Amino acid sequence: MGTGTGIGRVRGLGSAKHGAQHWLVQRYTAVGNLLLVLWLLFSLLTLPGLDYESVTGWIANPLVAVPMMLMIVSIFWHLRLGMQVMLEDYVHDKGLSFFSMLLLNFYAFGGAAAGVFAIAKIAFLGAAE
Amino acid sequence: MAQSNSRPLSPHLTIWKWGPAMAVSIMHRVTGNGLATAGALGLVWWLMAAATGPDAYAYFVRCATSPIGYLVMIGLSWFFFQHLCSGLRHFVLDMGAGYELRNNKSWSIATFILSLLLTGFMWLYIFGKAL
Ligand code: HEM
Ligand code: HEM
Repeated sequence: MGTGTGIGRVRGLGSAKHGAQHWLVQRYTAVGNLLLVLWLLFSLLTLPGLDYESVTGWIANPLVAVPMMLMIVSIFWHLRLGMQVMLEDYVHDKGLSFFSMLLLNFYAFGGAAAGVFAIAKIAFLGAAE
Repeated sequence: MAQSNSRPLSPHLTIWKWGPAMAVSIMHRVTGNGLATAGALGLVWWLMAAATGPDAYAYFVRCATSPIGYLVMIGLSWFFFQHLCSGLRHFVLDMGAGYELRNNKSWSIATFILSLLLTGFMWLYIFGKAL
């Protein structure tokens, strides 16, 4: 990193062209969360029971499994963007900041994969005996 | 530097006063990150337990229905409703509306009242149904 001109000092610190996209996708996924999490809450409240059979039987329905997968993607995408902003505000050391982004990506993609996999397994294989 | 020191130095990092707008902004961050960690992990735990089998699911239910489990779920549901209300407030502010001082203050307070009401009614319904 240069110590001379202004452009030399900021080069390599990231493009200044992603902010608007980040901000917009935070809003798109917020609307997704709004609709899908309210749907989940309402469903949990009106389900006959939250025992194993009721829940797996319910999730196995394609009209439940698909929105549930979309909800997982929307939540983890939204939190990936949101936690990035929080970490950028509080983690100042460059190395730690890099490491926190690495962990955040692992968390967001790992969590979303686990959630989608669990739903798919229930939907395709039904309840385990 | 030819700077007059008779001019006020406001806004300044050490000079501020608590207000509803500040509280709602801080709570948006706290609730968002609380949901992003505890909420998301709880959700994935629930799905993973259901995908693993009856024993794993029974263990989840035992944790979820313990006193601490209820405390966590009530807290998360309040966090969700609060984040939802302050998120909707964000949408309004994003459109450039709602910055008049009185309006801004009333709607900040309204997010707290609404989220507490939603949480209260939901759990009244849940516990009412269980009786
Ligand atoms: C982190 C996300 C959450 C998941 C995955 C989850 C799922 C579950 C499950 C599967 C049970 C066991 C129910 C049983 O068979 O007794 C349970 C208990 C319960 N949960 Fe949660 N919960 C979460 C947070 C919440 C929230 C935010 C609410 C508010 C709607 C809620 C409402 C309830 C209720 C009412 C019970 C007791 C049900 C009963 O006694 O039958 N949970 N939760
Ligand atoms: C349960 C699902 C949700 C999770 C896990 C979540 C998580 C987060 C997180 C971690 C942030 C970053 C907060 C910060 O550090 O500043 C955030 C920001 C935001 N959330 Fe959510 N959120 C959820 C649902 C929602 C909903 C339903 C809405 C809309 C009504 C919403 C609207 C927003 C908005 C507008 C922002 C950006 C605020 C800003 O630009 O400063 N979120 N969310």
